[in-house]
Amino acid sequence: MAANPMSQFNVYRIGPEIKVGAFDISFTNASLFMIISTVSILLIFNLGSKKNSILPNKIQLLAELSYTFVSKMISDTAGSKAKPYFAFIFSLFMFVLFCNMFGMIPYTFTVTSHIIVTFVLAAFIFIGVTVIGFTKHGFGYLKLFVPSGVPAVLLPLIVIIEIISYLSRPISLSVRLFANMMAGHTMMKVFGGFVISLGIVGGWLPLSFSVALTGLEILVAFLQAYVFAILTCIYLNDALNLHH
Amino acid sequence: MVKKIYFQSIFFSFFFIKEAFAAESGGMPQLNPEFWVSQIFWLILSFGIMYLVLSKLILPKISNNLESRKSQILENIEAAEKQREDSDAKLKEYDEIISKSKLKATSIFNQAREKALKDIGAKREVLDKQIDNEISEAEKEIDVLRKKAPDKINKIAIETSSELLQKLIGAEVNNSSISAIVDDLSKRNGDKYYGN
Repeated sequence: MAANPMSQFNVYRIGPEIKVGAFDISFTNASLFMIISTVSILLIFNLGSKKNSILPNKIQLLAELSYTFVSKMISDTAGSKAKPYFAFIFSLFMFVLFCNMFGMIPYTFTVTSHIIVTFVLAAFIFIGVTVIGFTKHGFGYLKLFVPSGVPAVLLPLIVIIEIISYLSRPISLSVRLFANMMAGHTMMKVFGGFVISLGIVGGWLPLSFSVALTGLEILVAFLQAYVFAILTCIYLNDALNLHH
Repeated sequence: MVKKIYFQSIFFSFFFIKEAFAAESGGMPQLNPEFWVSQIFWLILSFGIMYLVLSKLILPKISNNLESRKSQILENIEAAEKQREDSDAKLKEYDEIISKSKLKATSIFNQAREKALKDIGAKREVLDKQIDNEISEAEKEIDVLRKKAPDKINKIAIETSSELLQKLIGAEVNNSSISAIVDDLSKRNGDKYYGN
Protein backbone atom coordinates (compact mmCIF):
# COMPACT_ATOMS: atom_id res chain seq x y z
CA MET A 1 0.00 0.00 0.00
CA ALA A 2 2.77 2.39 0.96
CA ALA A 3 4.54 1.93 -2.33
CA ASN A 4 1.67 3.02 -4.52
CA PRO A 5 1.79 6.78 -4.98
CA MET A 6 -1.91 6.85 -5.81
CA SER A 7 -3.10 5.05 -2.71
CA GLN A 8 -2.95 8.29 -0.74
CA PHE A 9 -5.97 9.48 -2.72
CA ASN A 10 -8.15 6.54 -1.67
CA VAL A 11 -11.40 7.48 -0.05
CA TYR A 12 -12.63 5.10 2.60
CA ARG A 13 -15.54 5.00 4.93
CA ILE A 14 -15.12 6.03 8.56
CA GLY A 15 -17.84 4.60 10.72
CA PRO A 16 -21.08 3.10 9.47
CA GLU A 17 -22.52 3.33 6.02
CA ILE A 18 -25.15 6.07 5.72
CA LYS A 19 -27.60 5.87 2.85
CA VAL A 20 -30.27 8.36 1.83
CA GLY A 21 -32.38 6.68 -0.80
CA ALA A 22 -30.02 5.39 -3.43
CA PHE A 23 -27.22 7.74 -2.38
CA ASP A 24 -24.33 6.79 -0.16
CA ILE A 25 -23.41 9.76 2.02
CA SER A 26 -21.21 7.92 4.50
CA PHE A 27 -18.69 9.82 6.55
CA THR A 28 -15.29 9.30 4.87
CA ASN A 29 -11.75 10.49 5.36
CA ALA A 30 -12.51 13.23 2.79
CA SER A 31 -15.44 14.42 4.90
CA LEU A 32 -13.20 14.32 7.97
CA PHE A 33 -10.64 16.64 6.39
CA MET A 34 -13.30 18.97 5.02
CA ILE A 35 -14.64 19.31 8.55
CA ILE A 36 -11.16 19.70 10.05
CA SER A 37 -10.41 22.48 7.56
CA THR A 38 -13.65 24.36 8.09
CA VAL A 39 -13.52 24.00 11.85
CA SER A 40 -9.94 25.27 12.00
CA ILE A 41 -10.82 28.20 9.74
CA LEU A 42 -13.74 29.09 11.97
CA LEU A 43 -11.62 28.70 15.10
CA ILE A 44 -8.78 30.85 13.83
CA PHE A 45 -11.01 33.62 12.54
CA ASN A 46 -13.23 33.52 15.57
CA LEU A 47 -10.20 33.91 17.82
CA GLY A 48 -8.87 36.62 15.52
CA SER A 49 -12.04 38.68 15.70
CA LYS A 50 -12.92 38.24 19.36
CA LYS A 51 -10.91 41.01 20.92
CA ASN A 52 -10.65 44.37 19.27
CA SER A 53 -7.40 45.83 20.49
CA ILE A 54 -5.70 48.74 18.80
CA LEU A 55 -2.44 46.81 18.86
CA PRO A 56 -3.53 43.41 17.50
CA ASN A 57 -2.07 40.19 18.84
CA LYS A 58 -0.73 37.55 16.47
CA ILE A 59 -3.95 35.74 15.69
CA GLN A 60 -5.89 38.97 15.27
CA LEU A 61 -3.18 40.24 12.94
CA LEU A 62 -3.43 37.01 10.94
CA ALA A 63 -7.20 37.33 10.58
CA GLU A 64 -7.02 40.99 9.66
CA LEU A 65 -4.20 40.50 7.19
CA SER A 66 -6.14 37.73 5.43
CA TYR A 67 -9.22 39.94 5.40
CA THR A 68 -7.41 42.87 3.82
CA PHE A 69 -5.54 40.56 1.45
CA VAL A 70 -8.73 39.05 0.05
CA SER A 71 -10.63 42.33 0.01
CA LYS A 72 -7.78 43.99 -1.88
CA MET A 73 -7.66 41.10 -4.33
CA ILE A 74 -11.39 41.44 -5.00
CA SER A 75 -11.39 45.21 -5.35
CA ASP A 76 -8.36 45.05 -7.66
CA THR A 77 -9.85 42.49 -10.03
CA ALA A 78 -13.61 42.92 -9.81
CA GLY A 79 -14.04 46.47 -8.55
CA SER A 80 -16.30 47.80 -5.83
CA LYS A 81 -19.42 46.12 -7.24
CA ALA A 82 -18.12 42.75 -6.06
CA LYS A 83 -18.37 43.70 -2.39
CA PRO A 84 -21.52 41.61 -1.70
CA TYR A 85 -19.62 38.51 -2.84
CA PHE A 86 -16.68 39.16 -0.55
CA ALA A 87 -17.77 36.63 2.08
CA PHE A 88 -18.15 33.89 -0.51
CA ILE A 89 -14.77 34.49 -2.15
CA PHE A 90 -13.14 34.78 1.25
CA SER A 91 -14.60 31.43 2.37
CA LEU A 92 -13.67 29.87 -0.96
CA PHE A 93 -10.07 31.04 -0.74
CA MET A 94 -9.73 29.98 2.88
CA PHE A 95 -11.37 26.60 2.26
CA VAL A 96 -9.13 25.75 -0.68
CA LEU A 97 -6.05 27.08 1.10
CA PHE A 98 -6.69 25.13 4.30
CA CYS A 99 -7.55 21.93 2.42
CA ASN A 100 -4.35 22.26 0.39
CA MET A 101 -2.25 23.01 3.47
CA PHE A 102 -3.71 20.20 5.56
CA GLY A 103 -2.86 17.89 2.68
CA MET A 104 0.79 18.80 3.16
CA ILE A 105 0.91 17.09 6.55
CA PRO A 106 2.04 13.47 6.18
CA TYR A 107 -0.69 10.79 6.46
CA THR A 108 -3.43 13.31 5.83
CA PHE A 109 -5.91 13.39 2.99
CA THR A 110 -5.99 16.20 0.44
CA VAL A 111 -9.61 17.14 -0.19
CA THR A 112 -8.79 19.29 -3.20
CA SER A 113 -6.95 16.50 -4.97
CA HIS A 114 -10.31 15.02 -5.94
CA ILE A 115 -11.81 16.21 -9.18
CA ILE A 116 -15.33 15.86 -7.89
CA VAL A 117 -14.72 18.35 -5.06
CA THR A 118 -13.04 20.97 -7.21
CA PHE A 119 -15.60 20.44 -9.95
CA VAL A 120 -18.51 21.02 -7.62
CA LEU A 121 -16.89 24.25 -6.43
CA ALA A 122 -16.12 25.37 -9.98
CA ALA A 123 -19.55 24.43 -11.26
CA PHE A 124 -21.17 26.35 -8.45
CA ILE A 125 -19.05 29.39 -9.29
CA PHE A 126 -19.84 29.02 -13.00
CA ILE A 127 -23.59 28.76 -12.45
CA GLY A 128 -23.55 31.57 -9.91
CA VAL A 129 -21.57 33.89 -12.17
CA THR A 130 -23.86 33.14 -15.11
CA VAL A 131 -26.95 33.79 -13.02
CA ILE A 132 -25.47 37.06 -11.73
CA GLY A 133 -24.59 38.09 -15.29
CA PHE A 134 -28.08 37.45 -16.63
CA THR A 135 -29.84 39.12 -13.73
CA LYS A 136 -27.62 42.20 -13.98
CA HIS A 137 -27.62 42.63 -17.74
CA GLY A 138 -30.50 40.48 -18.98
CA PHE A 139 -29.87 39.20 -22.46
CA GLY A 140 -27.27 41.91 -22.81
CA TYR A 141 -24.98 39.50 -21.00
CA LEU A 142 -24.72 37.59 -24.29
CA LYS A 143 -22.68 40.53 -25.58
CA LEU A 144 -19.85 38.93 -23.60
CA PHE A 145 -19.49 36.53 -26.52
CA VAL A 146 -19.29 39.31 -29.10
CA PRO A 147 -16.06 41.25 -28.65
CA SER A 148 -16.08 44.76 -30.05
CA GLY A 149 -13.80 45.76 -32.92
CA VAL A 150 -13.81 42.38 -34.65
CA PRO A 151 -14.29 42.25 -38.44
CA ALA A 152 -17.73 40.94 -39.44
CA VAL A 153 -16.21 38.07 -41.39
CA LEU A 154 -14.48 36.69 -38.33
CA LEU A 155 -17.40 37.26 -36.01
CA PRO A 156 -19.08 33.81 -36.24
CA LEU A 157 -15.79 32.10 -35.54
CA ILE A 158 -14.93 34.40 -32.64
CA VAL A 159 -18.36 33.97 -31.09
CA ILE A 160 -18.04 30.19 -31.22
CA ILE A 161 -14.58 30.35 -29.65
CA GLU A 162 -15.83 32.69 -26.94
CA ILE A 163 -18.75 30.42 -26.12
CA ILE A 164 -16.49 27.40 -25.91
CA SER A 165 -14.01 29.21 -23.71
CA TYR A 166 -16.85 30.39 -21.47
CA LEU A 167 -18.29 26.90 -21.15
CA SER A 168 -14.90 25.39 -20.44
CA ARG A 169 -14.34 27.70 -17.47
CA PRO A 170 -15.59 25.27 -14.80
CA ILE A 171 -13.54 22.47 -16.31
CA SER A 172 -10.33 24.49 -16.51
CA LEU A 173 -10.88 25.92 -13.03
CA SER A 174 -11.50 22.54 -11.43
CA VAL A 175 -8.90 20.58 -13.36
CA ARG A 176 -6.20 23.18 -12.64
CA LEU A 177 -6.55 22.80 -8.88
CA PHE A 178 -7.15 19.06 -8.88
CA ALA A 179 -4.27 18.27 -11.27
CA ASN A 180 -1.82 20.50 -9.42
CA MET A 181 -2.60 18.93 -6.08
CA MET A 182 -2.64 15.39 -7.39
CA ALA A 183 0.59 15.76 -9.36
CA GLY A 184 2.42 17.36 -6.48
CA HIS A 185 1.37 14.78 -3.96
CA THR A 186 2.10 11.91 -6.34
CA MET A 187 5.54 13.26 -7.02
CA MET A 188 6.29 13.61 -3.32
CA LYS A 189 5.12 10.06 -2.74
CA VAL A 190 7.31 8.78 -5.59
CA PHE A 191 10.37 10.52 -4.18
CA GLY A 192 9.50 9.27 -0.72
CA GLY A 193 9.35 5.75 -2.15
CA PHE A 194 12.79 6.28 -3.69
CA VAL A 195 14.23 7.19 -0.32
CA ILE A 196 12.99 3.90 1.13
CA SER A 197 14.00 1.72 -1.79
CA LEU A 198 17.48 3.26 -2.17
CA GLY A 199 18.14 2.91 1.53
CA ILE A 200 20.95 4.50 3.47
CA VAL A 201 23.32 4.53 0.49
CA GLY A 202 21.42 6.26 -2.27
CA GLY A 203 18.47 7.60 -0.39
CA TRP A 204 20.00 10.99 0.33
CA LEU A 205 19.49 12.39 -3.14
CA PRO A 206 15.74 11.72 -3.36
CA LEU A 207 15.45 12.81 0.26
CA SER A 208 16.89 16.21 -0.59
CA PHE A 209 14.53 16.36 -3.55
CA SER A 210 11.73 15.49 -1.22
CA VAL A 211 12.64 18.34 1.09
CA ALA A 212 12.79 20.78 -1.81
CA LEU A 213 9.51 19.45 -3.17
CA THR A 214 7.82 19.97 0.17
CA GLY A 215 8.71 23.63 0.00
CA LEU A 216 7.55 23.82 -3.58
CA GLU A 217 4.30 22.07 -2.75
CA ILE A 218 3.56 24.47 0.07
CA LEU A 219 4.06 27.28 -2.40
CA VAL A 220 1.80 25.51 -4.92
CA ALA A 221 -0.82 24.95 -2.24
CA PHE A 222 -0.97 28.65 -1.55
CA LEU A 223 -0.67 29.64 -5.19
CA GLN A 224 -3.47 27.38 -6.36
CA ALA A 225 -5.81 28.66 -3.69
CA TYR A 226 -4.93 32.17 -4.78
CA VAL A 227 -5.40 31.35 -8.46
CA PHE A 228 -8.73 29.69 -7.75
CA ALA A 229 -9.95 32.76 -5.87
CA ILE A 230 -8.60 35.28 -8.34
CA LEU A 231 -10.11 33.46 -11.32
CA THR A 232 -13.43 33.50 -9.50
CA CYS A 233 -12.97 37.25 -9.11
CA ILE A 234 -12.22 37.62 -12.81
CA TYR A 235 -15.31 35.66 -13.80
CA LEU A 236 -17.32 37.75 -11.39
CA ASN A 237 -15.86 40.87 -12.94
CA ASP A 238 -17.07 39.73 -16.37
CA ALA A 239 -20.56 39.26 -14.97
CA LEU A 240 -20.64 42.54 -13.03
CA ASN A 241 -18.90 44.91 -15.40
CA LEU A 242 -19.66 43.99 -18.99
CA HIS A 243 -16.77 45.49 -20.91
CA HIS A 244 -17.16 44.10 -24.38
CA MET B 1 31.31 1.38 -7.39
CA VAL B 2 29.02 3.40 -5.17
CA LYS B 3 27.83 5.28 -8.22
CA LYS B 4 27.02 2.04 -9.98
CA ILE B 5 25.01 0.74 -7.07
CA TYR B 6 23.26 4.06 -6.81
CA PHE B 7 22.10 4.14 -10.40
CA GLN B 8 21.21 0.48 -10.35
CA SER B 9 19.07 0.92 -7.33
CA ILE B 10 17.29 3.88 -8.94
CA PHE B 11 16.69 1.72 -11.98
CA PHE B 12 15.31 -1.14 -9.90
CA SER B 13 13.16 1.16 -7.91
CA PHE B 14 11.35 2.10 -11.10
CA PHE B 15 10.58 -1.55 -11.58
CA PHE B 16 9.38 -1.72 -8.05
CA ILE B 17 7.02 1.21 -8.54
CA LYS B 18 5.77 -0.24 -11.78
CA GLU B 19 5.01 -3.48 -10.03
CA ALA B 20 3.19 -1.59 -7.32
CA PHE B 21 1.16 0.20 -9.93
CA ALA B 22 0.31 -3.06 -11.58
CA ALA B 23 -0.66 -4.63 -8.29
CA GLU B 24 -3.26 -1.99 -7.52
CA SER B 25 -6.45 -2.25 -9.52
CA GLY B 26 -7.81 0.79 -11.37
CA GLY B 27 -5.41 3.84 -11.67
CA MET B 28 -6.79 6.99 -10.09
CA PRO B 29 -9.05 6.70 -7.07
CA GLN B 30 -10.41 10.12 -8.05
CA LEU B 31 -12.27 8.60 -10.97
CA ASN B 32 -13.96 5.97 -8.86
CA PRO B 33 -17.53 7.27 -8.44
CA GLU B 34 -18.23 5.22 -5.33
CA PHE B 35 -17.92 8.15 -2.90
CA TRP B 36 -18.75 11.06 -5.21
CA VAL B 37 -22.15 11.68 -3.74
CA SER B 38 -20.75 11.49 -0.23
CA GLN B 39 -18.02 13.96 -1.07
CA ILE B 40 -20.49 16.38 -2.70
CA PHE B 41 -22.80 16.10 0.29
CA TRP B 42 -20.10 16.72 2.88
CA LEU B 43 -18.53 19.50 0.81
CA ILE B 44 -21.83 21.37 0.54
CA LEU B 45 -22.55 20.79 4.22
CA SER B 46 -19.17 21.88 5.61
CA PHE B 47 -18.57 24.69 3.14
CA GLY B 48 -22.11 25.97 3.53
CA ILE B 49 -21.91 26.08 7.32
CA MET B 50 -18.48 27.70 7.18
CA TYR B 51 -19.75 30.30 4.68
CA LEU B 52 -22.78 31.11 6.80
CA VAL B 53 -20.78 31.47 10.01
CA LEU B 54 -18.06 33.50 8.34
CA SER B 55 -20.39 35.85 6.50
CA LYS B 56 -22.90 36.37 9.28
CA LEU B 57 -20.74 36.35 12.39
CA ILE B 58 -17.02 36.58 11.87
CA LEU B 59 -16.33 38.76 8.85
CA PRO B 60 -18.56 41.66 9.98
CA LYS B 61 -16.69 41.63 13.29
CA ILE B 62 -13.31 41.77 11.57
CA SER B 63 -14.42 44.58 9.30
CA ASN B 64 -15.83 46.40 12.32
CA ASN B 65 -12.52 46.00 14.13
CA LEU B 66 -10.61 47.33 11.15
CA GLU B 67 -12.97 50.28 10.76
CA SER B 68 -12.86 51.20 14.42
CA ARG B 69 -9.07 51.02 14.45
CA LYS B 70 -8.89 53.20 11.36
CA SER B 71 -11.23 55.79 12.80
CA GLN B 72 -9.46 55.77 16.14
CA ILE B 73 -6.09 56.28 14.50
CA LEU B 74 -7.52 59.14 12.45
CA GLU B 75 -9.00 60.67 15.58
CA ASN B 76 -5.71 60.37 17.39
CA ILE B 77 -3.89 62.01 14.51
CA GLU B 78 -6.44 64.82 14.49
CA ALA B 79 -6.10 65.30 18.23
CA ALA B 80 -2.33 65.37 17.93
CA GLU B 81 -2.56 67.93 15.13
CA LYS B 82 -4.87 70.07 17.21
CA GLN B 83 -2.59 69.92 20.20
CA ARG B 84 0.35 70.87 18.05
CA GLU B 85 -1.55 73.89 16.74
CA ASP B 86 -2.48 74.83 20.29
CA SER B 87 1.09 74.61 21.43
CA ASP B 88 2.19 76.66 18.42
CA ALA B 89 -0.33 79.36 19.29
CA LYS B 90 0.80 79.30 22.90
CA LEU B 91 4.41 79.57 21.84
CA LYS B 92 3.51 82.61 19.74
CA GLU B 93 1.67 84.16 22.66
CA TYR B 94 4.63 83.50 24.88
CA ASP B 95 6.98 85.08 22.36
CA GLU B 96 4.72 88.12 22.16
CA ILE B 97 4.63 88.42 25.91
CA ILE B 98 8.39 88.20 26.06
CA SER B 99 8.89 90.84 23.38
CA LYS B 100 6.28 93.12 24.97
CA SER B 101 7.89 92.80 28.37
CA LYS B 102 11.27 93.48 26.82
CA LEU B 103 9.93 96.69 25.31
CA LYS B 104 8.36 97.60 28.62
CA ALA B 105 11.61 96.90 30.44
CA THR B 106 13.60 99.12 28.10
CA SER B 107 11.04 101.92 28.41
CA ILE B 108 11.07 101.62 32.19
CA PHE B 109 14.85 101.70 32.15
CA ASN B 110 14.85 104.74 29.90
CA GLN B 111 12.33 106.53 32.09
CA ALA B 112 14.32 105.71 35.18
CA ARG B 113 17.47 106.95 33.55
CA GLU B 114 15.82 110.19 32.45
CA LYS B 115 14.40 110.70 35.90
CA ALA B 116 17.74 110.01 37.49
CA LEU B 117 19.42 112.40 35.09
CA LYS B 118 16.80 115.06 35.84
CA ASP B 119 17.27 114.55 39.57
CA ILE B 120 20.97 114.77 39.23
CA GLY B 121 20.62 117.96 37.15
CA ALA B 122 18.25 119.55 39.66
CA LYS B 123 20.45 118.65 42.57
CA ARG B 124 23.47 119.91 40.76
CA GLU B 125 21.70 123.20 40.08
CA VAL B 126 20.74 123.56 43.71
CA LEU B 127 24.24 122.72 44.79
CA ASP B 128 25.66 125.11 42.23
CA LYS B 129 23.41 127.86 43.50
CA GLN B 130 24.40 127.15 47.08
CA ILE B 131 28.03 127.12 46.18
CA ASP B 132 27.59 130.36 44.23
CA ASN B 133 25.84 131.91 47.17
CA GLU B 134 28.52 130.85 49.55
CA ILE B 135 31.21 132.03 47.20
CA SER B 136 29.50 135.41 46.78
CA GLU B 137 29.01 135.71 50.54
CA ALA B 138 32.62 134.88 51.12
CA GLU B 139 33.61 137.42 48.49
CA LYS B 140 31.42 140.00 50.18
CA GLU B 141 33.06 139.26 53.51
CA ILE B 142 36.43 139.50 51.91
CA ASP B 143 35.40 142.75 50.35
CA VAL B 144 34.22 144.09 53.66
CA LEU B 145 37.38 142.91 55.28
CA ARG B 146 39.44 144.45 52.54
CA LYS B 147 37.58 147.71 52.84
CA LYS B 148 38.05 147.75 56.58
CA ALA B 149 41.71 146.80 56.35
CA PRO B 150 43.15 150.27 55.33
CA ASP B 151 41.38 152.03 58.20
CA LYS B 152 42.77 149.55 60.69
CA ILE B 153 46.18 149.72 59.14
CA ASN B 154 45.99 153.52 59.21
CA LYS B 155 45.02 153.42 62.86
CA ILE B 156 47.88 151.07 63.65
CA ALA B 157 50.23 153.21 61.63
CA ILE B 158 49.07 156.34 63.49
CA GLU B 159 49.41 154.71 66.90
CA THR B 160 52.77 153.18 66.17
CA SER B 161 54.10 156.36 64.63
CA SER B 162 52.84 158.43 67.64
CA GLU B 163 54.44 156.06 70.08
CA LEU B 164 57.62 156.04 68.03
CA LEU B 165 57.63 159.78 68.03
CA GLN B 166 57.09 159.91 71.79
CA LYS B 167 60.01 157.62 72.40
CA LEU B 168 62.23 159.35 69.91
CA ILE B 169 61.40 162.91 70.74
CA GLY B 170 59.87 162.48 74.13
CA ALA B 171 57.06 164.78 73.35
CA GLU B 172 53.51 164.20 72.77
CA VAL B 173 52.44 164.73 69.21
CA ASN B 174 48.98 165.53 68.16
CA ASN B 175 47.26 162.48 66.80
CA SER B 176 45.35 164.42 64.28
CA SER B 177 48.44 165.74 62.51
CA ILE B 178 49.85 162.22 62.28
CA SER B 179 46.64 160.86 60.95
CA ALA B 180 46.64 163.61 58.33
CA ILE B 181 50.12 162.50 57.23
CA VAL B 182 49.11 158.83 57.23
CA ASP B 183 45.98 159.58 55.26
CA ASP B 184 48.01 161.52 52.83
CA LEU B 185 50.49 158.64 52.49
CA SER B 186 47.87 155.98 52.17
CA LYS B 187 46.11 158.00 49.53
CA ARG B 188 49.27 158.33 47.61
CA ASN B 189 50.50 154.79 47.97
CA GLY B 190 47.22 153.00 48.70
CA ASP B 191 47.20 151.24 45.41
CA LYS B 192 50.69 150.00 46.08
CA TYR B 193 49.78 148.45 49.42
CA TYR B 194 46.24 147.23 49.04
CA GLY B 195 45.98 146.61 45.31
CA ASN B 196 45.57 143.17 44.03
